[in-house]
Order: sequence, then C-alpha cells, then structure tokens
Amino acid sequence: MATLEIRNVNKTYGSGLPDTLKAIQLSIKDGEFLILVGPSGCGKSTLMNCIAGLENITGGAILIDDQDVSGMSPKDRDIAMVFQSYALYPTMSVRENIEFGLKIRKMPQAAIDEEVARVAKLLQIEHLLARKPAQLSGGQQQRVAMGRALARRPKIYLFDEPLSNLDAKLRVEMRTEMKLMHQRLKTTTVYVTHDQIEAMTLGDKVAVMKDGIIQQFGTPQQIYNDPANQFVASFIGSPPMNFIPVRLAKQEGRLLALLDSGQARCELPLGVASDELDGREIILGIRPEQIALGTGEGNGLPGIRAEVQVTEPTGPDLLVFVTLNQTKVCCRLAPDVACRVGDSLNLQFDPARVLLFDAASGERLDLNTANASVKDNVTRLKGR
Amino acid sequence: MHSPADKPALSLSRIAIHAVLLIAVLLYLVPLVVMLLTSFKTPEDISTGNLLSWPTVVSGIGWVKAWGTVNGYFWNSILITVPAVLISTAIGALNGYVLSMWRFRGSQLFFGLLLFGCFLPFQTVLLPASFTLGKLGLASTTSGLVLVHVVYGLAFTTLFFRNFYVSIPDALVKAARLDGAGFFTIFRRIILPMSTPIIMVCLIWQFTQIWNDFLFGVVFSSGDSQPITVALNNLVNTSTGAKEYNVDMAAAMIAGLPTLLVYVVAGKYFVRGLTAGAVKG
Amino acid sequence: MTTTTAQLRASPLDALQRWLPKLVLAPSMFIVLVGFYGYILWTFVLSFTTSTFLPTYKWAGLAQYARLFDNDRWWVASKNLLLFGGLFIGISLAIGVLLAVLLDQRIRREGFIRTLYLYPMALSMIVTGTAWKWLLNPGMGLDKLLRDWGWEGFRLDWLIDPDRVVYCLVIAAVWQASGFIMAMFLAGLRGVDPSIIRAAQMDGASLPRIYWTVVLPSLRPVFFSALMILSHIAIKSFDLVAAMTAGGPGYSSDLPAMFMYSFTFSRGQMGMGSASAILMLGAILAILVPYLYSELRSKRHA
Repeated sequence: MATLEIRNVNKTYGSGLPDTLKAIQLSIKDGEFLILVGPSGCGKSTLMNCIAGLENITGGAILIDDQDVSGMSPKDRDIAMVFQSYALYPTMSVRENIEFGLKIRKMPQAAIDEEVARVAKLLQIEHLLARKPAQLSGGQQQRVAMGRALARRPKIYLFDEPLSNLDAKLRVEMRTEMKLMHQRLKTTTVYVTHDQIEAMTLGDKVAVMKDGIIQQFGTPQQIYNDPANQFVASFIGSPPMNFIPVRLAKQEGRLLALLDSGQARCELPLGVASDELDGREIILGIRPEQIALGTGEGNGLPGIRAEVQVTEPTGPDLLVFVTLNQTKVCCRLAPDVACRVGDSLNLQFDPARVLLFDAASGERLDLNTANASVKDNVTRLKGR
Repeated sequence: MHSPADKPALSLSRIAIHAVLLIAVLLYLVPLVVMLLTSFKTPEDISTGNLLSWPTVVSGIGWVKAWGTVNGYFWNSILITVPAVLISTAIGALNGYVLSMWRFRGSQLFFGLLLFGCFLPFQTVLLPASFTLGKLGLASTTSGLVLVHVVYGLAFTTLFFRNFYVSIPDALVKAARLDGAGFFTIFRRIILPMSTPIIMVCLIWQFTQIWNDFLFGVVFSSGDSQPITVALNNLVNTSTGAKEYNVDMAAAMIAGLPTLLVYVVAGKYFVRGLTAGAVKG
Repeated sequence: MTTTTAQLRASPLDALQRWLPKLVLAPSMFIVLVGFYGYILWTFVLSFTTSTFLPTYKWAGLAQYARLFDNDRWWVASKNLLLFGGLFIGISLAIGVLLAVLLDQRIRREGFIRTLYLYPMALSMIVTGTAWKWLLNPGMGLDKLLRDWGWEGFRLDWLIDPDRVVYCLVIAAVWQASGFIMAMFLAGLRGVDPSIIRAAQMDGASLPRIYWTVVLPSLRPVFFSALMILSHIAIKSFDLVAAMTAGGPGYSSDLPAMFMYSFTFSRGQMGMGSASAILMLGAILAILVPYLYSELRSKRHA
C-alpha cells in the first residue's frame, strides 16, 4: 500500500486549448479511500488516467510513496484499475483474465494459481473461472474486473465509475461490498464517480471537481456541512440544497435575511452585522432536511407560513414544495405529515445551519455568526 | 423494414414482384450457364447450335486444351495472389491497430492520405512503378507483381482493419497496459484473437481483387510471369486460325472459378468487405 | 514529511515502446508517400516532358496536353467515357434500387436470391468481358439464339458497329455491378426506421408511393456512395474494354484508361500517356472533392 500525492498538476491537450486540469493538489495517506466526484467533463477521468500513467501531465508531479512517477509508464507504477465497462479480455476465460497481468510479470505458475484461488474465494467467483466474459452477468463481470485488480496486489487501486453500469439495486449491494472490502484490505484507493451518494458513503476523503479545478477537498462530512461554494453545496445532497435569493438588512447591530412566502414574512437573524453586507442581495442556502414543521410557538426558532404547491411522497419522506422569495423551495418532512396542495404550513429554520453565498461568484460568505441570542430575537409578522 | 410476423397475402402485386425477381435471376445466371455449356461443346456443336443448345456430345476437349494453354499462368496467379494477400493483410492489420489504438500526431493525417489513396486511378502510378520495378530487378517477375499488389492493396486492408478496431473499446488496451503488456503483446494476445471476422473479410476481398486483376498483370509482367487474367485475354483476343469458343469459355471458367468458389463458400465475408469499402470516410 | 522527488528513470525499453507504433507505421507511411503521392508527382512531371519510348526529362510545357487535345482518339475515348459512365451509372442505379426495393418485400429465400445477384462481382472483368463478348457475338450469340427461338431476322451486331459498341460495354458492366448496388440499397433499406413507414401507411399512402416519397429520399447518403463507387469503376474501366473490344472496332469503343495504356506502353508515347493519366486523375478529383466537401460541411452542420 502507498501514499499518493498529486502536486500542482496541470494538463492541456494542446496549445491554445483550455486546460483540462488546473493546479490539482491532493494527497492521501496509506490505505485511504479518495473519491473524485463531479459532473461529466469536470476532468475526473482525465486525472485518473494521469495517475495511472495512461496520459501525460503537462505540469506538476505525481508521487507514489514519495517517488515521482510522472515520467514512468503505466506498468511500472504498480497500479491496477477497474473500468466502468470492466474491459475484460473477451477471448480469454475468467481465469486467464485474472492471470494475464501476473503472467506478464513472469510470476511462477504455482504462485499465480494461488493468487487466482485467493481472489476467486474473496469475490466468490470460483465457479466462474472457466467461463468467458460474454457468458457472465454485469455483476459477475464487475467482480472479475475487481479480481483482476486484486490479484496484482498493486500499491494503488483506481476505480473508474465501476458501479455505473449496474442496475440500481445491484449498485447499492456492491457499494456496501466495496466498503467492506476496503475495510478488510485497507487498500489505497482512488475512486471516480458522478454519484454523490457513493461519494459520501465510500470515501475517507472527497475531492469535488468542476471544469478541471478541485472545488473542495475534505472529508464527506466537511463537504456536506461546510461547502466552499454554491456548486459543491448543490452537488452533494439529495434532494439538493435550496438556494433562496435574499436581501440583507441591518437591525440593531444584527444582519437579518428577509423571507417572503406570499402569505407571510420572516426575518431570519444571521448573527453579527457587517456593514458591507447591509442591503446586499445574497443567496441563502438551506438543505431540505434542515427545514422542519413548526411545532407551534415555544422553541424560539424563526419560522414562516407558506402555501404548499407540490407534494412528493417518496416513502421514507414527504417532500413538500413551497415558494419563498419567488423561488421554489423543497422541504423534507416526516412521511406521516398530513397536508395537501393548497394547505398552509408553518415551517421553521435553524439559522445556525443556514449558509450564505455570494450571488455573483457562488463563493461561500463567512460571517462570524454568534448564535447566542437567536432564540430571543425572533420577529414574526402576522399574515396579510 | 417490415416485421417478420406479418405474412403477405398472395396477390397480383406479389406475383408480379416474384416474376420480376425471377427474370432478374435468370438474366444474372444466363452468362454463366452459357459459358459452361459452350465450354463442354465441340466446335461443330458451337457452329451448328446456339448459345443455350445442349451439346450433342458433352466433350471435355475445350477444357483439356484450355488447361494445357493456361495452366502455367494459373500457377503464376497463385504464386502472385497468395503471398500478396497474406502480406497485405498482415501489414493492414498492424497499421489498423496503430491507427485506432496508438494514435499519435500525424497518424490521423496519414490515415487521411491513405483514404484518399483508395480512390486514385492506377494509371497515374503505372509508369513510375514500372521504372522502379526495373531498377529493383523485379520487372516481369511474379515477385514484382506481389510487391505491386501489396503496395496498392495497403490502402484497403488498412482501412478494413482500422474501421474494425475503432469499435473495440480502448478501455481494453488501457487495462492491458496497466497489466504490463506492451505494444506487440497486446496485439498478439488480445486484439488478434478478436480479429477473426475482419481477417476473413480482408483475405477474401484481397484474394478476389488480386486474382481478378488485369491492369497490373498486363503492365508489369510479360511472358512467363503473367497471371491467368492476362493469359486469358491473350488466348481470347489473339486470333490465329479459327476461333475455338469452347476453349475460350473453358479458359474463362478456369480463370473465374477460384474467386467464384470463394464467393460461394464464404460469400458473406465478401459482402461485408464490399459494404465496408462502400461506407468510406 | 520530506518528499524526495527523485525521478525514476524510464527504462530504455519504455522509450522503445513509445516509438514502436511510429516504427510500425513508418514503412507504410513511406510506401504511401512514395508509391502513391510520389509516383503521381512523377507522372505529373513526365506529362510535361517530351518522353516517348523512354523517359527523357526535357521540358515540353503543355505540349503533350495540346497533343491530347488534338488527338481524335482521345476525344472519342472521353466522349465514350461520358456515354458509358452515364448509362452505366444510371442503369445500374435503377436496376439496383428496383431489385433492392422488391427484395425488401419479405421474399422467401431472399438470402439465396441476393447471393445470385451478387456473384458477378466475384468475377474478373476479363471473364465478364469474355463471356459477354461471346454472348453478343454477331451471328453466333444472342441473335442466333433468338432466331432459333422464332424471332426471324433478329440481328445484334452492336459489337462490330462503331456507333453502338459502347452499349455492349454498358450491358456487361451493368450485369457485373448492379448486384452490388442492390446489396448497398438493401442494407440501407434495412436501416430505415419502420415506424416512419407505419406512420405513412396510417396516413393512407400506398406502398409504392411511400417508397418513392419517403423511403428513397432518406437514402440519399447511399445514393451518393453508390454514385461515387460507380463513377470510380467507370473511370478506371480498362479490363472490360481490353477483353470485349480492345477499343475496337478501330478505336470507337476506346476509353481513357485503355488510351493511356495503349499510348504509354504500346505506342511509346510516355509523355502523352502521362498527360492522359493526369487528366483521368483530374476527372476523379472533380467528382471526389465536391463530394468530400459536402460531406464535411454536412457533418459540421449536424
């Protein structure tokens, strides 16, 4: 197992073309599971190819175990990769597929047979060893692809969207299996996905990418609770975070965000005021699960009354859509809440969980929010 | 275009359609039938009968005489065709492999040049090629013809293989590179085993093209090194004495049977070659 | 954590691997550059020289081209090419499309029939020419057959008629190539979305009308491909002429390819022959370049 450091890596496909990767800086420790996540075209697969040595980098360095491997060919980097399409050799049996890399490295046949047996047992594919890839189901092919990687015992494992081609149910099963396997084998892994649930559940560290730039690098919890910008905030979390354009006002030394549901108004206290933000239009972010049903007066949280426009019962939740500041806002409520379209609901927010973003750049605005007197200074206007 | 489930009713239009198709079948078959019939007749039968009249005596004399005249050239054609087919296919396979999976700057340009070269009329290269063959000491030899066929068959064979390999996902090559396989190992152990369909297409297409060629044969060979197409033409078109049509037809059959047999046995590969060549660019 | 950025030197084997694809392609690149484009250039140069039996590199300006222009046989060959080409392409397309449309009607044993239509493509043009030369033999061929079958006084002497001999070439060439056109269009028809047909049928259109107004227009790419290939065959036609007529009677059935061969190799007029070859190339480019241009433009618009 090994450490991986990606130091200030740049990549362009040609002069005059925009950079595919810009100043990528990441590092993970031995045994860690790194997730690269982002929309298509963000550069995550390119970065993975660069780590593998399948593509050259135009600037920076890639270090495995503190050795600069940037000039080395793929086979010398001791890396194994599992592809989205599995890339099993179609004319070879499963056994031959797994053996291929070992044979090239001139391992003695006895040792090869041992490895194949070990890997087949681990992945429960012993009964498939004589078959050809065309005779396997998608899930079985995926296991064989993993077996091929595991048999090599490489320093680093790369996974390029390995679960994308599986149906939803199988994907959830395999996700758990991958997590178990990582816990057992403690392999240094880089995993590319566009699925943010995989990103949250599988990774020790997550790098969110967009347009060739790392938008944020941190643990899943950091990314979820403390997103660096609007893109990261909207990418992680399903249903996605609500972004409400609000106007800030200063009142008695505090900043307030003004919310208007058409039925009622609310002033959300945001903590200490800063003069430059007074009167500004910014974006307020709040996750659907952070909006709760008002339990009547008493707990001191600010709230607002709004008209239900759409309801979506999903089974485990009830998603309710209202309009605030002329923006559609999604609220995740308990499934047994009784409400219909047209009903008015009391909704409550916790201002401590609310995030603020600059309307133009999407960057996160940091206010030194002092939450102490939130509960005391709630203002609620009666409905019109 | 129609689902196989609905069966058409027997109607006037259906009968008309079948009639036209049948007439077409006859029209396509008649020349072959005539060739066969004529080849088994005696010269007397030919002058007294007509194209489709049955021989009064089924005589193999036309065939015997034809074979006697052209058999040396038949073997020439084999000596030319077999090596040329194998070599041009092998080079085409490697070229196609490089062009589809190991692209580098300039390889796309080369492919474009190659593609354009599929269209060139050979008249534009005949003279310089014959000068070169002369300088190489290969003028009027079967080896010289092999060289020429390899050079001018490269464009098609490369096209076949490249178009076939382009549909192989390059994740396969990436996986093999990570496994440690190099350029030739990947070709030998992964790509080649997958290539059987296109190899068949290429072999059959090249065999047909090279065996049937006349232009290169008549320009680059003479006398003993001529292929059978040239020999046939000489036989049929040099009129010394009375024309022996039975011999002419038998010789034509001898010249045409190899490719015809290949077509009958492996026709689907031939068709694939035709349509692959048709969907160029 | 100190990081030593010692670059592991790539082994010499790695360098070889990087060069291998280029090395493998190099011979073919050489062959193409020399044997295709280099030789074309050489012929081009020769067309401006005074070469006769042997190549001499004495500058002759456009003299060879002028001689071609003045040469009656070249004019005949060029006009024949237009006549032959036009008829060959037109009739092959018509027959090919017709047979494809008919075969598309769920015929039993369609595969077998298709094989029968296509077999002529497997034959050499020499064999085809020889066969049709016999079939069209004035006095002993088709005319004798039809007379024996009852059509008194039927004569078919096109092969020796300078005004009609080109039609014989057309017949043989169409017989050889129309099956291929049929195969191309059949494949194209099979690719047509059946729901379009069903929609037209529900609109009340009859099947022939549907073919004519909906299906065939959607096969325009196939038309153009077929046109390209047939033109190519027509311009390169040499074997057929050599076998059937040798350009005769006289030179009334001559075609440019035959002319080039004859003047270059039999009559010792390398300069003129080269000029004729370059003009043939020009003809092909005149068809190819607009086609490629329109293909590229349509791809950019798509």
